[in-house]
Amino acid sequence: MVVDAVILGAGMHPWGKWGRDFTEYGVRAAKDALAEAGIAWTDVQFVVGADTIRNGYPGLVAGSTFAQALGWTGARIASCYAACASGAQALDIARTRIMAGLCDVALVVGADAAPKGFFKPVGGPGDPDWLRFKLLGASNPVYFALYARRRMELYGTTQDDLAAVKVKNALAGSLNPNARYRKAVTAEEVLASPMVADPLRLMDICATSDGGAAIVLASRDYARRLGARDPVRLAAISTVTPTFPNTVLELPNFATDSAAAVPPPARPFRSAIAHAAYEEAGIGPEDVSLAEVYDLSTALELDWIEDIGLCGPGEADKLLRTGQTALGGRIPVNVSGGLASFGEAIPAQAIAQLCELTWQLRGAAGARQVEHARIGLAVNQGLFGHGSAVITTR
Amino acid sequence: MWFTVEDGLTYLVGTQCTACRTVCFPPKTGFCPNPRCDGEQLNETRLSRSGRVWSYTNSCYPPPEPFEAAEPYVPITIAAVELDREKIVVLGRVKDLTVADLSVGMELELTSEDGVWLWTR
Ligand SMILES: [Zn+2]
Repeated sequence: MVVDAVILGAGMHPWGKWGRDFTEYGVRAAKDALAEAGIAWTDVQFVVGADTIRNGYPGLVAGSTFAQALGWTGARIASCYAACASGAQALDIARTRIMAGLCDVALVVGADAAPKGFFKPVGGPGDPDWLRFKLLGASNPVYFALYARRRMELYGTTQDDLAAVKVKNALAGSLNPNARYRKAVTAEEVLASPMVADPLRLMDICATSDGGAAIVLASRDYARRLGARDPVRLAAISTVTPTFPNTVLELPNFATDSAAAVPPPARPFRSAIAHAAYEEAGIGPEDVSLAEVYDLSTALELDWIEDIGLCGPGEADKLLRTGQTALGGRIPVNVSGGLASFGEAIPAQAIAQLCELTWQLRGAAGARQVEHARIGLAVNQGLFGHGSAVITTR
Repeated sequence: MWFTVEDGLTYLVGTQCTACRTVCFPPKTGFCPNPRCDGEQLNETRLSRSGRVWSYTNSCYPPPEPFEAAEPYVPITIAAVELDREKIVVLGRVKDLTVADLSVGMELELTSEDGVWLWTR
């Protein structure tokens, strides 16, 4: 029989620009998750750290960094880097070990301390990430803007629609004590913010933040012994890669794959990420109570809503305009406030998404609680063909 | 880098697999990216000199280093252009046009300046 992996505890260090070491954010989140789980650090058998590549060697071996900061206990560790999907891969490693019966309880931690302004290239001369800055000046917002402009021309999305996404998410974020930006905004404010990469303005684009998030995962048996009744189940994690030829221009590439010799796959990358998770969980988009999607830009939230099948291509604007994706709507999206309210703390972000799903499914989300939340979906995508989808059920 | 100029005309230089004909840009060495192809012979090939705009944008602020931004800075325009024959979308900076001049589907052709390829009308 397959062992079920369930969520015992979730914890976060509030997102912000705190200017401290990332370890501190991770350890704070870990301690809170352990407290929520009702177990001691010394009970943890396996620790997985989602790496940050911006914080030197300790960031590259995050599992070890967090384990040592919490105090060596002899627990097994793993560390992994997968760009924006780092947190989801870390969760997947822990979940797999639990499902295989190799451990009963695991701690997954991700934290980042991010520099100011545009992300600068990582790596040295000759790296694809370095070259796209050197030759083209193509920062991340440039790619987000290409998607946004194409959406506007294909589907008739307007700048007002983009502003409405920000207004919706800022309102949700104002209700979330872990969010960095906790002020509601108006469409006028969004539309008056400076243009960064046409058609995206400063308030359409997510910031970079400091933050930390942690999850305690356990086997259902372990949870039962602990007295956890009806815990949230981690029903699926998808970490699929693109299928050749990937015909969507991805960060940090100069070009797409060519579809001249091989026809494109039936499902583009982002929808394939979600599809694999639906299959694994044995559910479909119609079953989802709430979704956390990776709104690196306001326009990308609309793309994601279609990619995860909440509506057909080009229909997300209608869902938005009729309030269906807002808190209280038929299918709320980014009730945490999303990246719009958090800013991206890369290795922590996918774990933070799961924290939100966990609290929502437990009915513990306070003022931003989604009524009758039973199934949650979280998705993201980042550099170099990394992406993930996580499904939780109750 | 990754382009050539002949008789005043700029061509992007990619590679093509001799086994399955898959085209790559930037040029690749070694192994064909088609998962169902064992090809290891990737020959240099010139890509189409024109294509249709897949999407476009600009950078209103100077991009970070190593980009060498002009002073005073004028927003650079960037387009992703779909080449019909190769069925590939290639990014490039745009010469002499702003976002107001562009639309999805518009035809652009290749030129070059200061060691980099550029899309232009
Ligand atoms: Zn081939």
